Amino acid sequence: MSDELSDQLGSNQQYALHVNGQRMEVRDAWLGESLLYVLRERLGLMGSKGACEQGECGSCSVLVDGQLLCSCLVLAASAVGQPIVTIEGIAPVGAPNDLQQAFVDAGAVQCGFCTPGLIMAAHALLEATDEPGEFEIREQLSGNICRCTGYGRIIEAVQRVAVARRSEAT
Amino acid sequence: MYSRPTMSVIVPTSLRDALDVLAHAPATTVLAGGTDLMVELNSGHRQATAVVAVNRVPELRSWHHDPATGTLFIGAGITYAEIAEAPIAQWVPALAQAARTVGSPQIRNAATIGGNLGTCSPAGDGLPVLSALDAVVHLQSHTTSRAVPFGEFMVGPKRTVRVPGELITGVTVPVLSGWQGYSKVGVRNAMVIAVASAALVADPASGSVRLALGSVGPVILRCPEAEALAADAADFDTATISAAAERDFTELARQAARPIDDHRSTAAYRRHAVGVLAGRLLRRAFPNE
Repeated sequence: MSDELSDQLGSNQQYALHVNGQRMEVRDAWLGESLLYVLRERLGLMGSKGACEQGECGSCSVLVDGQLLCSCLVLAASAVGQPIVTIEGIAPVGAPNDLQQAFVDAGAVQCGFCTPGLIMAAHALLEATDEPGEFEIREQLSGNICRCTGYGRIIEAVQRVAVARRSEAT
Repeated sequence: MYSRPTMSVIVPTSLRDALDVLAHAPATTVLAGGTDLMVELNSGHRQATAVVAVNRVPELRSWHHDPATGTLFIGAGITYAEIAEAPIAQWVPALAQAARTVGSPQIRNAATIGGNLGTCSPAGDGLPVLSALDAVVHLQSHTTSRAVPFGEFMVGPKRTVRVPGELITGVTVPVLSGWQGYSKVGVRNAMVIAVASAALVADPASGSVRLALGSVGPVILRCPEAEALAADAADFDTATISAAAERDFTELARQAARPIDDHRSTAAYRRHAVGVLAGRLLRRAFPNE
């Protein structure tokens, strides 16, 4: 196996993750911790939310190596060397990107708990396709639960961004 | 808080390294996509002292289509998101259908066919398809290698013939020309574990119809009587089967089920639902009456 991996996962319970373009040391951690736990409790990145811790709710969604995943189902120590993008890496704090702004404008943010996960899921969709149809959006967001049940406006927000990005591109 | 034993985590980047780990410590817990194991670790229902994460082993992350033998090898680390897409979806459309019903996009991006086989829940979505396809599961250890038909691989609920030290490296399925499909019943479209499921494979080359049922028994159940009836009654050239044969097929599927009552459903509903699924799949395979 590669030296980087074997070095970092030795018996010293210390490893580094690459989060939002930065190398972050994880010290004195139990190696059984989920990526969600490490992001929030070890690295202070509170944007990813923890609710079900069994992959059902999507509120902890992040990108690992470009793939949209539930961070609660990723063993943090196994993500060594892979680029991780969290909601904090989508846009600078205080300067929302177009997708985040569209959620605000469309009234898609109610209690806000599910919003980071939904932004990550919608972000992954819009990176992969320019013209998502409503069905595609619904399927992409099917792993993200909004307890306030504001799905209509969430879907509208994603559609608005897709349309705006297309018109900018032309 | 529950107690946390010291854990070691190894992330091998070759099959040889992964098998070495298991040779030295056969009881090491294998982590594939994490969608089963992490749920148990998070809840404290399961503890592991040594984990080998195999999701970056290139040999497990590959597939190989062999037109000469008409077979497809799918590495254990291939995800359900990958199976749901071309080209794999074109070769085994029923498996792609099953893949698309697994969890959510987040789950499908992580969950692997090898993990589905390793967990081997009777509700595993890929398993009825592998059963109906007469798939062969590949197991390898440091010194041994064997290929086990799916019907012999799964021996009980979440029980397989895999022994400590062995790794599931992949599965071989035939690439067939006839209609094949997967159907399941659950409480919603996404994020649902099957209450009942069925896979049907019609193979005109051998004149056979194969039916496998999920979530209605301790293992995936094949239905030899229903299969024999359909093979007799169906006209493959015109995609025709009679309404009477469809009814009998449905009844034989119901009778083959061995369901239980649990928190997801009742045995009676499962038996009913799996009959309906089997009948529907047969009608889709042979649309003409």
